[in-house]
Amino acid sequence: MKPAEYYQRDRQRHAPALTPDYKTSVTRSPNFAAISLENTVSEITGPRFGHSDISPIDNDLIRNYAADGQSPIGERIILHGRVLDENARPVPNTMVEIWQANAGGRYRHKKDTYLAPIDPNFGGCGRTLTDENGYYFFRTVKPGAYPWRNWVNDWRPAHIHVSIFGSGFTQRLITQCYFEGDPLIAKCPIVQTIPDPDGVQAVTAALDMNATIPLDSIAYKFDIVLRGRRSTLFENRLEGN
Amino acid sequence: MAQDLSYLKETPSQTAGPYVHIGLAPGAAGFDIYDQELGKDIAGPKAAGERITVQGIVIDGTGSPIKDVLLEAWQANADGVYAHPESDGEVEDGFRGFGRVITEFETGEWSFDTVKPGPVPGRNGTTQAPHINLWVVARGINLGLNTRLYFDDEAEANAADPVLNVIEWENRRATLIAKRTVQDGKIIYRFDIRVQGDGETVFFDI
Ligand SMILES: [Fe+3]
Repeated sequence: MKPAEYYQRDRQRHAPALTPDYKTSVTRSPNFAAISLENTVSEITGPRFGHSDISPIDNDLIRNYAADGQSPIGERIILHGRVLDENARPVPNTMVEIWQANAGGRYRHKKDTYLAPIDPNFGGCGRTLTDENGYYFFRTVKPGAYPWRNWVNDWRPAHIHVSIFGSGFTQRLITQCYFEGDPLIAKCPIVQTIPDPDGVQAVTAALDMNATIPLDSIAYKFDIVLRGRRSTLFENRLEGN
Repeated sequence: MAQDLSYLKETPSQTAGPYVHIGLAPGAAGFDIYDQELGKDIAGPKAAGERITVQGIVIDGTGSPIKDVLLEAWQANADGVYAHPESDGEVEDGFRGFGRVITEFETGEWSFDTVKPGPVPGRNGTTQAPHINLWVVARGINLGLNTRLYFDDEAEANAADPVLNVIEWENRRATLIAKRTVQDGKIIYRFDIRVQGDGETVFFDI
């Protein structure tokens, strides 16, 4: 069977390029419309990774940078969920990468100058491969909110940056995961680039008491949806692959 | 009212932000955490074909370099095969075809080493000219920008390329053509990306 195409991206699901309340977008947004391209082999293929590319500890941010016997300061959390496509089918063996500030809202990055301290036991990045059911999990600490220069007094809600590959280059996605109940979500110009409330809900992880580890870590569930693929009911015309 | 189509909707994209390196290239953020970072070696040592360096800068609407940009490259090998089961053919041992590229923080200049890809099949029996697929993310970019790099020494193949020919404005096609020079015996292709304004690069909704 010929490989199938992906569904066209629902551009109304995503922020437009120009979102003036998020000021940096003003000079970094193309003026011209993107040109629609039907899928070719260049788009339906994409990089693939295996367990030899990563270490088992890479998904444990509580341990992957901490000195022996120590751990980072902060609220211990499990971030877990499934990577699915628009047909609700799991996306197995795909790389999920995350990065975040520490519990004080400070990034371990040479360009971050926020006055909150670096945590010597926290790196702030992790990665993992989804299993055969599209499931992934990380252990980390809940990141702190932090101020940023946009309007005079803007604060990012607590968030974890999430990068997902999928199986084709068309599915490549970077997003951010917020936490249920955070009052800063509604005030954030970056969150509010998302056109509709349903989309904001889709990037807000739910408190998941069933997945907590009693007396250890609280849990948040964050499912991720990548673009889906047509089923090939009839021979399609994507030839040459 | 009709039945509910039970499709899910894609998770909305959010900007990669200024600290994308922490997650995707932590060495560049200033710390050492992973045994190996992804996308450091695109072609591997055994890949056939011409060894090339691609370099450039990403420029914003004011004409300034975007210094916190991260690019990802995806390409076929010299035989026009992608390292993926849905691409017909074999790639050399160690050929991934995937690269992650970050800038020099002071200048915004970036570069990567790879092999020049071969032509790959297009739709409906056509052939696509050699190209590298690029994906651009940065602070201020809400949804990653997809573009393609073509090679200026492939004029004939470029003229027949079905994707370049989709671009109605012929003068804009030039924004996708990298310029070849040879410096100290090294083959360099220069590819500047302008996200907005004069000479704005063509981006694709793929
Ligand atoms: Fe952030």
